Amino acid sequence: MSSDPALRVEGLGKAYTIKHQHNDHVTLAQVALDRAAHPLRRNEREQIWALQDVTFELDQGEVLGVIGRNGAGKSTLLKLLTRITQPTAGRIDLWGRVGSLLEVGTGFHPELTGRENVYLNGSILGMTRKEIDRQFDAIVDFAGVERFLDTPVKRYSSGMYVRLAFAVAAHLETEILLLDEVLAVGDVEFQDRCFKKVGALASSGRAVILVSHNLGAIRQFATQSILLDRGELVQIGPTLEVVDRYTADERPIASVDTAPMTRMDSTWGVGARITTVTVNDGAHHLAAGEPLRVRFTVDSAAPHHRQRVSLQINSLTAGPIAHAFSGETVSLTTGLNQIEATVADPRLTAGRYTVGLAIGAGDFYGRMDNLDGLLETATFEVGQPVDERGRVGQWNPAWGSILYPSIEVTSCPISENDALGEA
Amino acid sequence: MTDDAKSAVLAPGQAKPLLTIRPRRSWLPASPRELWRFRELMVRFAARDITLRYRQAILGVVWVIVVPLLGAGILSFVFGSVASLQAPPGIPYFVFTLAGMVAWTAFSLILTRASGVMVGNAQLVGKVYFPRLLLPLSTVLSTLVDVVVSFVLLLVLLMITGVRPGWGVIALPIWFLAVVALALGGGLLFGALMVPYRDIQYIVPVGVQFLLFASPVAYTLASVPAGARFWYELNPLTGLLEGMRWSLIGTTRPSLGLAAYSLVFSLVALMVGLMVFSRMERQFADVI
Repeated sequence: MSSDPALRVEGLGKAYTIKHQHNDHVTLAQVALDRAAHPLRRNEREQIWALQDVTFELDQGEVLGVIGRNGAGKSTLLKLLTRITQPTAGRIDLWGRVGSLLEVGTGFHPELTGRENVYLNGSILGMTRKEIDRQFDAIVDFAGVERFLDTPVKRYSSGMYVRLAFAVAAHLETEILLLDEVLAVGDVEFQDRCFKKVGALASSGRAVILVSHNLGAIRQFATQSILLDRGELVQIGPTLEVVDRYTADERPIASVDTAPMTRMDSTWGVGARITTVTVNDGAHHLAAGEPLRVRFTVDSAAPHHRQRVSLQINSLTAGPIAHAFSGETVSLTTGLNQIEATVADPRLTAGRYTVGLAIGAGDFYGRMDNLDGLLETATFEVGQPVDERGRVGQWNPAWGSILYPSIEVTSCPISENDALGEA
Repeated sequence: MTDDAKSAVLAPGQAKPLLTIRPRRSWLPASPRELWRFRELMVRFAARDITLRYRQAILGVVWVIVVPLLGAGILSFVFGSVASLQAPPGIPYFVFTLAGMVAWTAFSLILTRASGVMVGNAQLVGKVYFPRLLLPLSTVLSTLVDVVVSFVLLLVLLMITGVRPGWGVIALPIWFLAVVALALGGGLLFGALMVPYRDIQYIVPVGVQFLLFASPVAYTLASVPAGARFWYELNPLTGLLEGMRWSLIGTTRPSLGLAAYSLVFSLVALMVGLMVFSRMERQFADVI
């Protein structure tokens, strides 16, 4: 591989200004009234650095992994590299066009036909008309939607829609490619196709930046990685070392303060906020077969009735692996509420996990309105299995994260004649 | 994302980066070069708007013709028949109104569409990069269709009725550009402000409605009572509408002072709009 740079980031920083106001819904009238009432007072402003003093370099043909918890600054970094938002400090030098599969299908319009959307989406992603013309057949072929090219995409099945959107993005001919977590949303075949593409792109001399919670994918493709924590670059180096540092950092702690974490949705956490999370009374450890108890406090601005709790278990290497919705509903009073959610038999195998939490109304059969939700909060560890005789098992993480208590197996002999008869 | 980097693999030893991203504090939203690079996308945005406007409408594109005729018809009826105002001698009231409508259509549509275009494309703005100015500019392009149709309708009517524009017709492009500048300036200003302050989306239609009656679209400045004349002339649209009509159907020419005021006002409006847009665009993706 050549060692020509594809991208260089120097002292990059992004600060968001948070105005402290009493009301969240800003209207012009409120601003005007407030100014009139307090002509000399300036809104208290606080600068929050989502990313600070980040420096790294990426060569052509290299795949760089970006690792970090939620809120570490990974998405901010991607938004800066794609120029969606502007940096507050530092600089980015690019030796090529940047393409991203951050948002597959961005700009797709349901009323437009497949053909129209390919051209519109291609232009939005930065392709010229000539490039799209040249790639058009390949894109349509890849998506397998030839017969529906002149049908509005609102009549497409969701599968066709995603395939067409991905096909456009996959045919971007940019020198630098950014791949985000979003890829993990598709089905297995889709992910597989994406990851194959990563390998192919890197070997063709493109530079790829891979952002994922899926440490397995990072280990597989990225030679070098950077670790972000609270907006700062903590470590840069060979992927295996960086991944080790990341997993070692995830020390279980007595309880997790959720204040610095990013909400899944910006409106969540306004009416009620999950503040601290504790697993198994602060031990953050459970023996194999022990119930999982997650206790958390919710600071509620108003009483809320009939709320449902949903609990998600994430594996540090494989992403979300299990989810539970509470059957009974809880009520919240104004102020602090303590809630405990228990999974009697989590069936988790030895390893390290994180807890995702959401509180809200509704279920997955209808509309869901979450008051607050966090993808990753507390970390906990599950111990190795121990049998009745005290033998300690050695669980191989490659076997998976969930152990079924048993499976039913039957056997019966097959005589040669029977086998022939069945065939 | 430029045309000059089509080769997938870069020349070895290339030292100069293709693009450097730095914090920016400029009063200009985008360099003309950057806009030129993205011209295809602008055309595509405009084409999308036009396609979507008439898709799923049975009459389809016919609406482009019907709407200005209906508009001019209603205004002619209200001002010409109900209020019994007089058109300048020799010009049918309907022709007079339609001439006003050409300028008004351009102004009101560009202003309304450009104001709403940032919020209307919030999903796009938050997720991909392109010069943000492209969106309001594309509304000018897509509005041209409506303007050209009204203009052609007027030409047909002029031929039928025998009304002839005088030599003032040579000034037509100036009036038209001024109307576009004024509307785009306002559209940029309101469009940028609408991102953090959604109130604007309720104010703009009301303001446009008010302006339709407060500007001499369907009546002449001459029919305005002398006492209110001064306030009318403060409205930059007054000079532009009178000027446009002078060029199109040969009505009285606006005074030089009024014309100069309107033209300068329009230019300043465009510059203010560009400046405010530029100042605010940096936070669009963060706020939208």
